[in-house]
Formats: sequence, C-alpha cells, structure tokens
Amino acid sequence: MTSLQQPSSLQGSKDLPRFVSPALLLASAIISLVTQTSLAATTALEINLLAVVVIAVLGYALALYLISYFIEGKRKAKDRFVTVLVSSAFAVAIVPLISLAYTVVTKGAARFDLDFFTLSMRNVVGQGGGALHAIVGTLEITGLATLISVPIGIMTAIYLVEYGRGKLAKMVTFFVDVMTGVPSIVAGLFAYALFVVFFGPGVRMGIGGAIALSVLMTPVVIRATEEMLKIVPNELREAAYALGVPKWLTILKVVLPTSLAGIATGIMISIARVIGETAPLLIIAGFTASMNYNPFDERMATLPVFVFTSYANQGVEMQAYVDRAWTGALTLMLIVMILNLAARLVSKFFSPKG
Amino acid sequence: MKDLLPMTSIENIRAQTPVRRLGDIVFSNAATFAGVSILATLALVAAFLIAESIPAFTGVEIAAAKNGFWAYVGPFVFGTVFASTIALLIATPLAVGIALYISHFANRRFSQVLGYAVDLLAAVPSVVYGLWGILVLAPFLTPSYRWLNENLGWIPFFSGTVSATGRTMLTVSIVLAIMVLPIMAALIREIFLQTPRLYEEAALALGATRWEMIKMAVIPFGLPGIISAAMLGLGRALGETMAVAMVLSPSAVIGFAVLTSTNPNTIAANIALQFPEAGGNYVNLLMATGLVLFAITMLVNLGARWVINSRKEFSGAN
Repeated sequence: MTSLQQPSSLQGSKDLPRFVSPALLLASAIISLVTQTSLAATTALEINLLAVVVIAVLGYALALYLISYFIEGKRKAKDRFVTVLVSSAFAVAIVPLISLAYTVVTKGAARFDLDFFTLSMRNVVGQGGGALHAIVGTLEITGLATLISVPIGIMTAIYLVEYGRGKLAKMVTFFVDVMTGVPSIVAGLFAYALFVVFFGPGVRMGIGGAIALSVLMTPVVIRATEEMLKIVPNELREAAYALGVPKWLTILKVVLPTSLAGIATGIMISIARVIGETAPLLIIAGFTASMNYNPFDERMATLPVFVFTSYANQGVEMQAYVDRAWTGALTLMLIVMILNLAARLVSKFFSPKG
Repeated sequence: MKDLLPMTSIENIRAQTPVRRLGDIVFSNAATFAGVSILATLALVAAFLIAESIPAFTGVEIAAAKNGFWAYVGPFVFGTVFASTIALLIATPLAVGIALYISHFANRRFSQVLGYAVDLLAAVPSVVYGLWGILVLAPFLTPSYRWLNENLGWIPFFSGTVSATGRTMLTVSIVLAIMVLPIMAALIREIFLQTPRLYEEAALALGATRWEMIKMAVIPFGLPGIISAAMLGLGRALGETMAVAMVLSPSAVIGFAVLTSTNPNTIAANIALQFPEAGGNYVNLLMATGLVLFAITMLVNLGARWVINSRKEFSGAN
C-alpha cells in the first residue's frame, strides 16, 4: 500500500451479476449427476449419491472461486468460496437430521398401532406383541429419577446461588462440572456396584436404573436452575429483606416463583435427555419381555433397551423385530420431542413478563 | 423505673447477635446438605467403582483376560481414543462452519429456526442414532468406502479389505461426529455471538469482506471457546456407548484401518455388549475397564475446564 498504484487485491472490482452463483450451482449439479450416471452405467454399479453431491459442491465452489477471482478480485473470490463452505457445513448437519426423522417416521409407522401400546412381549415369537412393558418401565424409572434429582438439583442450585461462599461452593461447582462429564455407562456401572453390595451379584432392578439416571440428570438440573436463579434481579431480594422477610421465605416466595418457568423448562429438557439413555439401563435394569410394575423387584424393560434388544436379538421373522425396534424408536423420539416442545411452550407462556 | 441500658446499647446488642430464625437454619442447612451430597455422590461413584474393580488388578485368573488386565483393556482404550479422535476431526470444522453460518451468514429470523433444528439433533436418543447408523448410514456409505479403498488404498487408514456391511470404524466415527456436532455447534455459536460488535464493525468499515472480518475479529476471539467445545465434544464421544455398540463390528485388535471389518472396539461399547451376560469376576474386569473410561473422560473434561478458566478474561465461555 506504499505506492500510489491501486493494490492488486482491489483490482477488477466489478461485481458478479446475481444470477451467476445459482447458475453455476445448477450447472455443476447437472454435470456431476451426468458424469456419475454414465460412470455407474459403465461399471454396472449403483449410482453413488454421496459422490454426486460432493463433486457438485466442490465443482460449484471452485468454479465460483475462479470466475469471481478474474472478475471481482482475489479477496471477494475467497469470501465467496468460504460462504459456500460454511453453508455446505450447515447442510451437512441438516441432512442427517432429515434422513433420521424421515426413516424413523416411515419405518416406525409399520407397527405404530394399538397393539404396540397395549401388549407386552410375553410369549410373543415373531409378529405381534408390543412395548407396553417397556413404556411403563421407562415412565416409572424416569419418574423416579426425576423425583430423586429435582429436589437435590434445585436445593444445590439454591445453595450455589444464595448461600454458597468460599471453598465448599467452589468445590461443588467444580464437581458439578465433573459430574456433567460422567459417561452414561459409568453411571450404570456405579448403580450396579452400589446394588451388588446389598443384593448380591447379578442384581437387576428398576430403581437402580433410576439412580443411574439421576446421576446423569442432577448436574443438568443444577446448571439450568442456577442460570435461572442468577437472573432473578437482586432488587427483588433486597425489597423482601427490607420488609423484614426472612431469607428462606424470600427464596421460597420471591426467588423461586420468579424463576419457576425457567426451572420447569430446564427440568423438562433434562428429562428429555435422560429418557433416551440406554447403556445404564441395559446394565442395571436389564431386560424382560413381561410386564413389571414394581421397580424394586427384578428386571424391568425400558423403551431404549427395548429398541436395542429388538434389533440386537432378532428371532425368527427378523422383519417383525426390526419393525418393533423402529416403532420403539419413533415412540421414544415422539416423547423427547413433546418434552422439548412443552419446555419451550412453558418458558414462552409462563416466564415473568419483564 | 430506671432505664438500665440506654437505647443505643440495646441496639448494639441486637446488631451483634442477628436473629437466626428456625426456618433460616433449616433451609440453609438443607441447601448445604444438597451441595455436599453432590460431592458425596461423586466420591461414592469413584469408591464403588474402585472397590468392584479391585479383583481385576489383584492377579486373580480371569478367563477373559489371560494376559492381564492391561493387555485386555489396551485395544479398547485405543479404539475409544481412535474413534473419538476421528469423530472430532470431522466434527470440529463442521461445528465451526455451522456456528458461523447461524451467527454470521443466515438472516436473523431464519437463524433462530436453524438453531432450533440443530438443537433437535442433540435431543435424539443415542439408540436411535445407532439404529439409523447401521440400517441407513452404513449401507449408504459402503460404495464410497469401496472407492476410497480403490483409489486411496495406499494410505494406511484406507487399506485392507473393505467391509461389505459398512459396520466400520469410519461409520462409527461419522455417527459419533453427528452426535457431538449439535452440542459443539451450540457452544461455539454462543461464543461467536459474543464477539464485540465494535470489532466486527471496525473490520467491515475498513473495507474487509465478511470472511476477512471473521478471520480477523470472530475467530481470534472465539478460539479458546472452539478449543474447549472440541474438548467437551471429545469427552462426549469417548463415553458414547450405544451407537458404537450397535454399528461397529468389533474385535480385540489395534489397527488404524478404518474401512475393514476388524475394528478395535471401544471401552463403553464392550461393556454394554458383554455386561448383560457376564458373571463372576468377568463383571469386575468390565468394571475396571469402566474405571479406565471414567479416568480418561475426566482428564479430558478437566482439560477443557482448564482451557476455559485459564483464558477466562479473553473469552466469553464462562
């Protein structure tokens, strides 16, 4: 930039016409499709869709870069190139989501019938049967896990935000972080190791699953509640103190009601997170084909484990087992989506208007 | 009647000994108890895992691990780290791309919907990913694997005989990458959104293109956040069980080939597959491998926290 001459990077500062970019995309897509189809025809293999897309996007990015390089200059060319890359990174993330949703819905629909929700798998070989035992198990175990982790989680968050000062509070914060990173299977092993002490080897119990899940759930509840309590304005607390309200009543009657919607949202999202956990339940809750309403006794089937075992232990008439696995997956996804949606609605309609 | 104590001194006494109401005492103790119970739980997790794993270390003959514990767990440790590393190599650039797209490329209203769509990916249970990975993704990728093997087979990673089912290390890593992508993208997006507007506008005002602005203002600001998000993603990938257990066709080998049907299994998947039928001291052996996994993930997570905390003043990741 020392000389008066225009720097080379700004040369050719004409803009590309708007139609160029989509036209290039279309052209490279067509070229890619045609070459791949002819390739597939000559080698007698099926067409590789992944290759079609990759070649189309790369061709598009390169062509756009080159054309832009000669008309708009190097810097704008680079900008366009990066834009294509970033957008395709996003597309790469969305494609699995669409594929996943599409497959689960279409394949799960095959057995999404009344039988699936009213029958267990007891004495079922091949077609028929349902997942009522697994749905009941999932609801009971997740419910128990919620009962354990919500009070502890909320109280810990209250401790951290309202009371905790000094070393202990720092330690708790740190170990909540550590707890967030506990792998789910380790939580299952922990529950097993705990129950083995009391009930002997080979123990399988629904309540063990609830304990494993609450190890995973509590830190999530703490984090969510903590965030919500932190944004309650200090003026509210001070106003209560000034009126002579004791601290504990201030927390119960002022702080918690103000942040209730946010806390409820956080709890629902944490339930949605643990309800799909498979590994810990596989270890401690086990699997059965029969109904079991008692979480304190014997094996208890759960929906995620049902999906896994239906796929992993296919019997005669394999398709029936795979179909049930997909329907189980669909049911699980629906539960998770409903929980997420409800969480969003709660936070939208019940949070205090500022 | 004589006023023994002047008013001021009564007030002094009151000020020195504040009223401790019963409710306050109970409530604050309950809160502290809950906080301490978190510490106790983690201590219990560690204690019970260690207690149950001791038989695996004491040299008692275990049928499944004839050459000792470390020879048994070695391939699984390798598999765990290998699969997660590939997953991270795939996921990190994509997560940065997604975060950039949502924070700086897409228009504002659209980007909220997009953010929600990415969050939905995080909510999908891992067993559903496993089912999808083996029944949809693996067959879809097999032709590309064949192509990679034919044309790039001289690279050790792509050598060997291509698996016909697609149940390979690379498929597992791709599924893992998809699973850790949303959480990483969400973290990085939050940090990118916290880039001071002033920096961005200053860069644009100097005539920078959007990419130059991102390169000069957004990326340097978000770098510690990207690193810590990557490490948190790694922690997740290391502990992921079901997707690996369902997709991978495992064997107890150490090898870098990612397209063949002999793949090193991961610790978590091995436990999930073996535990339901395990008995006797095989349980203790698996428990000990779980302890190793716990140690590895904890180290990675602590590393991530350390990065966040040591760069706290520069980043928005706190």
